[in-house]
Amino acid sequence: MSAFPERHGRIMDNAQNNDTPLKPLQSIDEVDAGLSAAGYIASRPISTAIYLAHHLQKPILVEGPAGVGKTELAKSVAAWLSLPLIRMQCYEGLDESKALYEWKYGKQLLYTQILKDKVGSVIGESDNLAVALDKLHSFGDIFFSRNFLEPRPLLRALEQPRGCVLLIDEIDKSDQEFEAFLLEILSDYQVTVPEIGTVSAMVPPIVLLTSNSTRDLGDALKRRCLHLHIGFPDERLEARIIASRVPGIDARLLKQLVSFVQQLRALDLKKLPSVSETIDWAKVLVLMHTSVLEVAVVRDTLNVLLKFEADIEAAGKQLAGMTHKAQREAGIA
Amino acid sequence: MPGRVDAPTASEPLRRFLQVARGAGLRVSAAEGIDAARALDVIGYGDRAALKDTLGLVLAKTPDEKALYHEAFELYFKHEAFSAAIDESDDGAAAGAADPGQGSGNALSPLLTEDNRAGLAAAMEAAARESGVENIRFFTQKNLYTRRILMAMGLRAVEDEIEALRRDETPQGMERAGLLESRVARLREAVRDLVERNMLLFAKGENEQYREELLKSARLSNIERRDMERMRVLVRQMAKKLAARYAKTRRRRLRGQLDVRRTLRKNMGWGGIPFVTVWKQKRIEKPRVMVLCDVSGSVAAMSQFLLMFLYALNEALSDIRSFAYSGSLIEVSEILEKEPVEQAIEKIMEAIGFGSSNYGNAFADFEDGWMKLVTNKTTLIILGDARGNHNEPRTEILARLSQRSKRIIWLNPEYPTLWGTGDSDMRRYAPFCNLLMECSTLRHLERAISGILEGSS
Repeated sequence: MSAFPERHGRIMDNAQNNDTPLKPLQSIDEVDAGLSAAGYIASRPISTAIYLAHHLQKPILVEGPAGVGKTELAKSVAAWLSLPLIRMQCYEGLDESKALYEWKYGKQLLYTQILKDKVGSVIGESDNLAVALDKLHSFGDIFFSRNFLEPRPLLRALEQPRGCVLLIDEIDKSDQEFEAFLLEILSDYQVTVPEIGTVSAMVPPIVLLTSNSTRDLGDALKRRCLHLHIGFPDERLEARIIASRVPGIDARLLKQLVSFVQQLRALDLKKLPSVSETIDWAKVLVLMHTSVLEVAVVRDTLNVLLKFEADIEAAGKQLAGMTHKAQREAGIA
Repeated sequence: MPGRVDAPTASEPLRRFLQVARGAGLRVSAAEGIDAARALDVIGYGDRAALKDTLGLVLAKTPDEKALYHEAFELYFKHEAFSAAIDESDDGAAAGAADPGQGSGNALSPLLTEDNRAGLAAAMEAAARESGVENIRFFTQKNLYTRRILMAMGLRAVEDEIEALRRDETPQGMERAGLLESRVARLREAVRDLVERNMLLFAKGENEQYREELLKSARLSNIERRDMERMRVLVRQMAKKLAARYAKTRRRRLRGQLDVRRTLRKNMGWGGIPFVTVWKQKRIEKPRVMVLCDVSGSVAAMSQFLLMFLYALNEALSDIRSFAYSGSLIEVSEILEKEPVEQAIEKIMEAIGFGSSNYGNAFADFEDGWMKLVTNKTTLIILGDARGNHNEPRTEILARLSQRSKRIIWLNPEYPTLWGTGDSDMRRYAPFCNLLMECSTLRHLERAISGILEGSS
């Protein structure tokens, strides 16, 4: 993510801007089909979670190792339903003014400067201070109105006319106070801005929170969410995912590389290769016009899968065995 | 008989399952129960896989809970297994089953004769519900509930019928009696199975919780070997809880006190007009802790746990030095840091454990080696019974320590009434301790440590 917190909430608007409201989802199969059309091969629990989140209007807390497609899920749901995706990256020190709203101080200042001259005419020929103040009061809080409010991701998510997919990424990186602050928005889909009042969602957004479990989240938060754990996919699912993400991959190569990665995950490594790494590796192999997985090729490209020197070393000893097993399973003797 | 089965309301199976889930150790709040009911309204009970996914999403909120949930779900929704089991043990019954017209007024008898498995299963379920089998708590109650369920199904009448048939001594009657008897035996086994399953479902969690509660308040020196593993888990849990609560540097905002310097700095961009206010805050620092842990023979049973806790503390606090002593004193910080807990404890006990304690010597060792590291920010925790085997207590060293350090906390595993009796020097050390506490159970330990961490502002 960008290093500038101010830019974290950006809208990835891939909607076709049709104004029709979202139709209620009919079945879990529909979710399945929709997600796979958007390029996301979902396991059954994932589809069920989305379906339930939609009907119960509850946020989903997605946990799992890095790179199994937690963030991707949110993007795919947005793409499929053609809703805008609003993403908020969490980090230590994230607070209301960066997540919810901020006053446009610069604009306020600028306007006061411009309007300085007008003040005289507004106050007019008032004799004393009390009368002048009364006149000013009658203008209300013009500088603390909607015009000077800069909505941050959370507020923006509530203001989407068709609803949206709100992705609160890596919630475990944020502080505990921020987590508590999220509770109101997650259970009632409304937030309170002291100067303006309570803002409720026009259409409740589909909320996904992701966590890598670097710390235990509070029970209050967990209670309000559906809890989806995405683990590493099994061989069949992974093959389907790769086939969808790397079109044009040779079926036999696909079988081999998936089998190889599955074996790799059984080893005792510091960081196990995730689906995203498998996809990267598949792309690399396709680029290299590999048709059969050979030990030499694997050795050269292993750094795509494993990110630690110690892991590469540990796996290195067993490369030959694993490669042969993968070949056997793909029917290449 | 099947007609008598009350159609349970839609929420009844769910209610029972929630009970089961709680028993299995899942923490299911009332709100989550309602969520589950709402979710099932959407999904329905039709598809077993979808049902499992759905309840899993709503009820189990950690990977550990997911595993527990998986187990509980499989156990609870296993009813099909009943009919299958009878199928397997079904042999040579066909002849008897084709024997109509012998039915009595008893409803169980025809079910048995016809080998109507679905009917039997339903009747068994109903009888089980009636007899309140979910209240089973102890394995000694198994026979009781088995009998109760069988009675509720009308076994008495069948037994009477068999009796009557045997008395008649017609060959046809004898054959039928034999058939009924074998069926009843099979039924009894099935009911026994059902009761056992219910005990697993409903009683396991509660017993576990009960034992844990017991262990938490049992004296550490009395804990038996077979409970060691469970204690280890408990200590780890407790330490983890403490670590999660105190591992971060915390700040507390001071209400209403403006930090003028930082406010001006922050608002420089707006010409010093304070649009953004910055409030003063107090940084709550992690405590600097030095722990001296007695591992001598007199507290050997306890020191296992004290060391275990020390190990956990080591993870929670960054600035901690640990020492172990009996006759003399050594630093064990490094061992605790590098080795996994079991080995670390073993190593320490090997190096210095089980000796006869000499507090004077230990304090002298500490003064020689580490006194200079004690500052006015250091909290010193001493775990021990203060029984120095009539050696010189060297209270003057403790006095010096108390002057140098922020505070001294002494946790003594003995009852307070025993302090100062025999070779205990507790009363002599007491004046130099800022806090002196009895610490003989896991609960005491938790309270003491939590107090230390909290009060370290």
